Amino acid sequence: MTERLVKVYPKFERFWHWSQAALIFVLLFTGLGLRGLHGLLPFGSAVMLHTIAALALVLLWIFAIFWHLTTGTWRHYVPTTQDLFKVARFYAYDIFKGAHHPYRKAFWRKHNPMQALTYLALKLVLFPAIWLTGIAYLTYNFWELQPNASLLLEIVANLHVLAAYLIATFVIVHVYLLTAGHSFVEHVKPMITGFDTIDLTPEEEAYLAADEPGRLKR
Amino acid sequence: MRTRRLRLGIAGMILLLGAMPVLAQTQSTPATVPKSGSTADHSTFEILKKPFASGPEVTEACLSCHTEASKQVMGSIHWTWDYTHPATGQKLGKSRVINAFCGNVASNEVRCTSCHAGYGWENLSEGPPKQQSAVDCLVCHDMSGIYSKLDNAAGNPPMTPVPAGSMTITGAPAKAVDLAMAAQSVGLPRRENCGQCHFYGGGGDNVKHGDLSSVLYDPDKSVDVHMSKDGANLVCSDCHVTNSHAWAGSRYNVTAHDMIGTGKPGERRDVATCESCHGTEPHPAASLTGMKLNDHADRVACQTCHIPEFARGGVATKTVWDWSTAGKLKDGKPYAEDEFIQSDGKRLHTYLSTKGDFEWGENVVPHYAWFDGQVEYTTGDQKIDPSAIVEVNKISGTADDGKSRIWPFKRMEGRQAYDKQLNTLVYNHAYGPDTGTAFWTNFDWNKSIKAAMDYVGQPYSGEFDFVDTYMYWPITHMVAPKEDALDCQACHAKDGRLANLAGFYMPGRDPGGLVDMIGLAILLAAIAGVAGHAVLRLATRRGGQRHD
Repeated sequence: MTERLVKVYPKFERFWHWSQAALIFVLLFTGLGLRGLHGLLPFGSAVMLHTIAALALVLLWIFAIFWHLTTGTWRHYVPTTQDLFKVARFYAYDIFKGAHHPYRKAFWRKHNPMQALTYLALKLVLFPAIWLTGIAYLTYNFWELQPNASLLLEIVANLHVLAAYLIATFVIVHVYLLTAGHSFVEHVKPMITGFDTIDLTPEEEAYLAADEPGRLKR
Repeated sequence: MRTRRLRLGIAGMILLLGAMPVLAQTQSTPATVPKSGSTADHSTFEILKKPFASGPEVTEACLSCHTEASKQVMGSIHWTWDYTHPATGQKLGKSRVINAFCGNVASNEVRCTSCHAGYGWENLSEGPPKQQSAVDCLVCHDMSGIYSKLDNAAGNPPMTPVPAGSMTITGAPAKAVDLAMAAQSVGLPRRENCGQCHFYGGGGDNVKHGDLSSVLYDPDKSVDVHMSKDGANLVCSDCHVTNSHAWAGSRYNVTAHDMIGTGKPGERRDVATCESCHGTEPHPAASLTGMKLNDHADRVACQTCHIPEFARGGVATKTVWDWSTAGKLKDGKPYAEDEFIQSDGKRLHTYLSTKGDFEWGENVVPHYAWFDGQVEYTTGDQKIDPSAIVEVNKISGTADDGKSRIWPFKRMEGRQAYDKQLNTLVYNHAYGPDTGTAFWTNFDWNKSIKAAMDYVGQPYSGEFDFVDTYMYWPITHMVAPKEDALDCQACHAKDGRLANLAGFYMPGRDPGGLVDMIGLAILLAAIAGVAGHAVLRLATRRGGQRHD
């Protein structure tokens, strides 16, 4: 095993991550305004901005899903219990003793097990929840004549808002954890340059050196 | 032979050419094309070229050709003032209901029936006149502009000699009408015809409706996008379509949610709804904004956003009428106070001994309520609760009944007489200059109430008091240009226009509900957790062993 700087975040993944982050900030900001919690934007403009950002995010997700499936990168998110306890123990206890982060990133496991599990939950539960409720809300015109449409809309809207609060919670924890283990800059850098420190097997290293030398930094 | 034929031919052609200008001239002579598009010019009819001594004489002349017209009119609410509500079964109509303005027609006939579409309805209990010649054709069809009705002659026009000080139903000084001239001018009703009654309901310009005033004779586009000459230049009957002299549009039984829209091409639709012209999805569906606005049409009436205020254009509407102060005299004489100054500088009555205290409003923000189109009246036989504000008419509808929409209303505030023992609204005999009981000449409530209650045959205990009332008038005219429609945040805000309409979901209006509480609690817990974790890390790093 050798630690090498390997390009594990290709261009599309970085584009997806950062544009998604920007759209989520726009959506949270306009969404809080629509909810009535601030009045920094006129309601009509907030509705339009929220809707356009949401449609853009849906489009982005469609591309991202396609990308995950066709490149096989979905495998990074398959849940595993290996080292899960060690990582949890680190955040809850060892970190205060100044211990090192126990996880070593692998070529096909660039997230630690807790991270992978969190992202999986985000992708399988929270994102679909906000997506489905948002689309139901957006297409209200098509089901407004259903009995109890008003009550259904209220339920849809509240689920949507609840999912949004949970996503906001994720954002806070996500950003905070960038400071844990390594420095904030060290954590953010890979998502900008694409290169992260990865434990490579000799076979992986040999393969990359031979076939994809651009992904290895000397 | 040949040359002869040729010569003849040339001669013929010259003749023809010579005659052509003449031919052309005769083709263009038929004077001016009549603007109305009518196939009959009534000024050429011999039967209308005679001196008429009365309204009914004109009507008889009309009926000699329009044989069914009176029968049609006499079946319409314009004539009967009688309406049985198809849903509630209530017997309504002008001849029966009590309102928050002058109160009631019964026992005040010749004043109130001055706006009847007929001549000589002097006794309400006998119903409108029976003879077909009593129908007033001219009030709706006069195009000369000279026809009018006296304000106290049961619908009759002023004729020579006009009594001194006489006034018309619009409050203008009465001038004798040349009935022949009016009869020869007839055409389809214009806004001037409808307006002289409907703009002056309640005893003056815009007093009653709030969205129907003399401004609509020639409104600025900003006041009424439909009726302005710079707008669609429509007249009343362009929307209030007719079928055999029966009009679309009812205040008792409103089509509050038209789901049919324009109907199929050529299909006749006897409704006066916005949707009957604009369709059920009136905003451009190709844009996100348009789609979002169309989303609202199932819950919000068009009028709610598109009539941001009523009584616009410079004529105020009466907003408060307190009858309880009526009857005060100065030196034994009735008096008036004119403390309200309209935007055009005109002073309006704020107190009259005959009527009590008034308040007025211009550019009034409507009252909003869920409305399914049904209106139930507090008729004279219904018990009221005098400890609360009595609703003279109740508008029905809730957020969750699946058929109501949010509508704008003028909410008239009244203070009206009621029977203290029987707890019923009472009728009042206000007008009748010659009677010993009329309030406006005798200023004695007990006498005038008793006279009116006897007149309608309802019990009166002899004890009266005054009760606060509300009366609701759906606002549907004075539609503003689209750029003046309400902004989203007029309603989607904490203290917006719909702040008082509870019980339904509306984004932006109710921040801090249960879900916000739960969501914010989770968010704050996360922030606190993260902060605690960070503080702990800093503390242990400082005190404990260092790494890296």
